[in-house]
Amino acid sequence: MTRLIVGPFNRAEGDLEVKLDIEDDHVARSTIVAPLYRGFERILSGKDPRDALVYAPRICGICSISQSTAAAQALAILQKVRTPPNGQLAANTILAAENIADHLTHFYMFFMPDFARQIYSGTDWFDSVSARFEAMKGSATADILPARAEFLHVVGLLAGKWPHTLALQPGGTTRTISPQEQFRLSAILLKFRKVIEQTLFGTDLDEIAALDSVSKLEKWAAEKGPQHSDFCKFMFLSKELKLSKLGRTSQRYMSYGAYQFNSGHLFARGVYDQDGLQVLNLDQITEDVSHSWMAADTKPRHPYDGVTIPDVDMTDGYSWCKAPRLAGQPMEVGALARQVINGHGLIRNAVLLSGSNVENRIIARLLEIALLVPAMQKWVAEMELGEPFITHGTEKTEGRGVGLVEAARGSLGHWLSVRNGSILNYQIIAPTTWNFSPRDQNNIPGPLEQALVGAPVQKGETDPVAVQHIVRSFDPCMVCTVH
Amino acid sequence: MANKPTNQKNLLWLQSGGCGGCTVSVLGAESPDLFTALEAGGINILWHPSISVETGRQVTDIFEGIIKGNIKLDILCLEGSVIKGPNGTGRFCLMSDGSGRPLKDLIEQLARLADHVVGIGSCAAFGGITAAGDNHVEACGLGFSGEQQGGLLEAGFVSGKGLPVVNTPGCPVHPDWVTETLLHIASGQMTDSHLDHFNRPQAISGNLVHHGCARNEYYEFKASAGKLSQLGCLMENLGCKGTQAAGDCNKRAWNGSGSCISGGFPCIACTEPEFEEPGHTFVETPKIAGIPVGLPADMPKAWFVALASLSKAATPKRLRKNAVSDYLKVMPAKNPGRHNK
Repeated sequence: MTRLIVGPFNRAEGDLEVKLDIEDDHVARSTIVAPLYRGFERILSGKDPRDALVYAPRICGICSISQSTAAAQALAILQKVRTPPNGQLAANTILAAENIADHLTHFYMFFMPDFARQIYSGTDWFDSVSARFEAMKGSATADILPARAEFLHVVGLLAGKWPHTLALQPGGTTRTISPQEQFRLSAILLKFRKVIEQTLFGTDLDEIAALDSVSKLEKWAAEKGPQHSDFCKFMFLSKELKLSKLGRTSQRYMSYGAYQFNSGHLFARGVYDQDGLQVLNLDQITEDVSHSWMAADTKPRHPYDGVTIPDVDMTDGYSWCKAPRLAGQPMEVGALARQVINGHGLIRNAVLLSGSNVENRIIARLLEIALLVPAMQKWVAEMELGEPFITHGTEKTEGRGVGLVEAARGSLGHWLSVRNGSILNYQIIAPTTWNFSPRDQNNIPGPLEQALVGAPVQKGETDPVAVQHIVRSFDPCMVCTVH
Repeated sequence: MANKPTNQKNLLWLQSGGCGGCTVSVLGAESPDLFTALEAGGINILWHPSISVETGRQVTDIFEGIIKGNIKLDILCLEGSVIKGPNGTGRFCLMSDGSGRPLKDLIEQLARLADHVVGIGSCAAFGGITAAGDNHVEACGLGFSGEQQGGLLEAGFVSGKGLPVVNTPGCPVHPDWVTETLLHIASGQMTDSHLDHFNRPQAISGNLVHHGCARNEYYEFKASAGKLSQLGCLMENLGCKGTQAAGDCNKRAWNGSGSCISGGFPCIACTEPEFEEPGHTFVETPKIAGIPVGLPADMPKAWFVALASLSKAATPKRLRKNAVSDYLKVMPAKNPGRHNK
């Protein structure tokens, strides 16, 4: 048995260290270390509840609107204020913009450049793949960065700037729009849609969304061939490198539900495991600190009662990350979880056939782009100008609220308690806190720690490429993880 | 990674106790995009945590190459606060290479080897949001701790080419502030005279956020919004510090056409040290006897009070009404004198 430490583990948001015990030619055990602690939960304690909207988004630059959304929702529950239709449309439009931008950044800048690594230089596909996806220099960067920037004009218009806007408030958003701006938003979305239809998908988004089984997707990708589009290139590489065999977890998925309207979520809330779809019981969420650098606690706590007391001397601790559990079990969150829970045919089928793995995580993410852009186009068209975008609530000096949102990389929750007009407790569980959780008091490893077991390690590799594919397939955000 | 023996400038970008938001902001650079801008300045990225291919051993090899003098470090950019806690050990922010070494030590070592050091965003410049609250993580900037000189590096620190840490502030930073500052530095033409008292390029801090504010007419007549989402000036009631804060945010749009104020919420002076602890709720203007405590930059209080009461008395109905509306209610009147006929 040998020990490998992979880090600084980059092209993940924030700091990450991966410790691997290698047996023969594979990973036997892994330990995931989040080495940065900033203490947002402590910063928020004692503040005016409204100030959460300044601090919370700054937990994370890449999930900033998700953090704002969760904070605004928790405050809206506290204030018992309801958001008017325009506010829901605008809030969901900018959240979708962030999530799509993140999916795009993940695919093109974080995940795909690994296939341009020298270790693959002997393959017959290497030249074309590295010409397209090499970090910073590949042709994809030149196509996608400007498209991403122009797409984010949607946020500039509806929320002032990205990241770190204050436009998301309990009860709605602070920016109304003119008819001209509504048309402009539609035009920006059309332009973006055309770019990704040309580069990423090579076809109309509706055709991608309609692929409702693995056999249909594989037939489509095989017919088109790897030169057709970046999605087809990925499908080709995935078959070549058997990415569906990499990075399996115990297959328990959770989603808080994404894009909330009065009528419900665009993507449903729930839990999915070997027994199928189930209702999510929020009371069963706890955080365990048995393997964190946090002061010892008697039991795992529900986030309303959570405490955050850092202690670097905890001998059993190996990460700043706490271990969130649902009914005592680790859960995988993210686009794959959202789409299997929402019941998209392709993803249900993919999970049935091969479970949770690198390939399915990437497919689910790209599928979401294809589903969300048309949804944004619809939402922008539905905004009724002249009607309010916000209902202003009144300050509450006592009470509590929870904000539950789906960031690009999974379920994000804020649990807020207020007493005497100040924040008494503010606890945050971020998507990668779930996915990259350390072990718990029963020694159950988190999803990534499970997913890495069995990963192949080639002779002489110091930073095994399979490990890199697996880790990045989760689209980790480490700054959110510990906050 | 390419350490080319040309006149290219090698840039290393590190992230410390921050949110990564400055990187995602900079990736949104337009006209031109980030990589074209860097190419224009002859800047070669040695390594950047979000976008470079190297991971693990390959990264520590780059650090070692710089430390041993085999790789020239022309520009070191730091994003995020330096974290010194707990008790000065830096253990809240370790290098993620298994060494157990505090990241602050590596940052300091590299800063002393670099020709130029740049603090990207208000965290790296001053400590920023991570220094909020009781700052139990002991966050500070490279060259400053809040307004005080001396952060990770001592007061008076200068890098290899004789400049202090150059601070491009903001939470997040505007992409153009970074690209233009880096190009200026790479040209070799930046001198002390281009920097202000917080070592921010005057090109940024010579502007106030107020300049070019689309709500300027409301400001002139003190026609104030009472709630976020209303069209009036945000200074009197809603905490806006645009008249005091550095930045050309309303002259140079964010994400196409945006700015905080155009988005319907106040400037919170995120380009200024200690913005993270304003001593009041961000979206409420602290007042004494009805007068805002924070006055516009360089404005004597008596004059502010006199002008404010005069302009309030003169506020046109149109502005008074629109200021407290979410949509434009009253249009400017048809003015026959407009053409001096």
